[in-house]
Amino acid sequence: MEIARRLAQRPVLLVLAGGCVFLVVGSLDSSIFAQQTVAGLAQGAIFGSLALALVLIYRATEVINFAQGEMAMATTYVAFQLTKWGLSYWAAFAITLVVAFVFGTVVQLVFIRPVQQKSVIAVVIVTIGLFILIDGLVTWRFSAQLQFMPAPFGNSVYHVGSVAVSRQALGTLLVSVLSVILLGVLFRFTKLGLSMRAAALRPAAARLVGIRVDWMLAIGWGLAAVLGAVAGLMTEPTQFLQPTMMQSILLYAFAAAVLGGLESPVGAVVGGLALGVFLNLIGQYVGFVGAALQLPLAFAVLLGVLLVKPNGLFGRALVRRV
Amino acid sequence: MTALLELKSVNARYGQLRVLHDVSLAVEEGQIVAVLGANGAGKTTTLRAISGTVRREGELRFAGRPLGRSGPETVARLGIAHVPEGRGTFSELTVWENLRLGATTRHGSSDDDFARVLRYFPWIEDRRGQQAGTLSGGEQQMLALARAFMQRPRLLLLDEPSLGLAPLLVTEIFRIVKELNEQEGLTVLVVEQNAHIALQVASHAYVLEVGRVALSGPSAELQEHESIRRSYLGY
Repeated sequence: MEIARRLAQRPVLLVLAGGCVFLVVGSLDSSIFAQQTVAGLAQGAIFGSLALALVLIYRATEVINFAQGEMAMATTYVAFQLTKWGLSYWAAFAITLVVAFVFGTVVQLVFIRPVQQKSVIAVVIVTIGLFILIDGLVTWRFSAQLQFMPAPFGNSVYHVGSVAVSRQALGTLLVSVLSVILLGVLFRFTKLGLSMRAAALRPAAARLVGIRVDWMLAIGWGLAAVLGAVAGLMTEPTQFLQPTMMQSILLYAFAAAVLGGLESPVGAVVGGLALGVFLNLIGQYVGFVGAALQLPLAFAVLLGVLLVKPNGLFGRALVRRV
Repeated sequence: MTALLELKSVNARYGQLRVLHDVSLAVEEGQIVAVLGANGAGKTTTLRAISGTVRREGELRFAGRPLGRSGPETVARLGIAHVPEGRGTFSELTVWENLRLGATTRHGSSDDDFARVLRYFPWIEDRRGQQAGTLSGGEQQMLALARAFMQRPRLLLLDEPSLGLAPLLVTEIFRIVKELNEQEGLTVLVVEQNAHIALQVASHAYVLEVGRVALSGPSAELQEHESIRRSYLGY
């Protein structure tokens, strides 16, 4: 009863709950539907983690980091290089996350901080510059050719009844969701997370309680880069490695972040998952939507949602008394 | 004995505009000191100069240590809690998170501090999950005090706690400030337009006029002072 009442108060939750019921019923009814749903969730989890990275930076620095996808791509190349040097996939994975954290922090300190006080547009231009710079450097070092990494989850397929689910899809879903949850725990329950949120929300007041705001913002960029690295590494098995691998993913992630409300971490993840499932199912069941129409369709959905809910699904107007 | 906080000929400016002119003042440990003055007299800027949120020159010493060019983070970590204009509430966060932020720079458990804070502000217990921005003005002011107290400061800087509050609440806030001072030994430097109540609570006061110290002395003397009575107390 309590749950029902709370659902009724938040129509968005009602719609999402309805969507979940639809997916479950559909999956029970048709094994192809179930397969597409799982594949969509895996794809959506990648959108979601990159979208979350965008949201983190948006909350800390109030810009969309246009270089987020390229940073993710560059860190994926780091993992690639490590495996080429003989490291196992998961060892390379772990080291790459550390490298990504340092990378993100340094980007903030070196490129963003000097212009941050100037204007929002200056920061935006710097992120676009970073996009071009990283893209150029990676292409110069590794060439634009497709490269291949060892498959992280193997190629086996599980059969549940008549439903075939690849280990790859399940693994992607698991790793992405796990990294998002870990980050959520960090922000929600630790002192560091609380300080980071305070620094992003009210830098001046945060300084007065002794929080080193500049460090917190740099750490925020570092964590966003870690999420990006996870997204890049989880994208690699299906897209393979090339300098352009994250460009369309970044657009989907942007759509997912705006869908969720741009300020809402939960919204970004839910937006990503919803977008992934939606695109997969449409691709399966609506004949004329091929690969070419997927991105326009994603943005059409976004436009539709924003017309009804201008603040996104989870964006809320702040209640404040003055 | 040297004062806990000492300012000697401190100047501060916003861009080209010089706001403080050779301000000197001292706060002894355990005292409540008030800074009075009209709008634009430089009261808020005095506090900002101490906490390092405005560019300042001159000699500032806290517990014998020069504050030099220390920024607000460092000053806060030295033991000065500044409750700024607008109270510095993190409106988007919960009441409880606001309190935890006060203890953010300290290591180890802050359970004791929570318990002590709840002794002075028992209503916080029931409202801990509430978004701080939805509290009333008086509650937000108390939350700001509580948050500052969580910092375990040696010196509390209070910027116009009475602003926008009903007279009854103003009395209540100052009662708590006095209580924290007497029972916890908290030293307070409070900036106020409401000279009446500030002089009742403070032992010493400074009167600022256009960025200069115009008068200073024990509150009892200032209360009797002709020009203070006319300009600030209104009788």
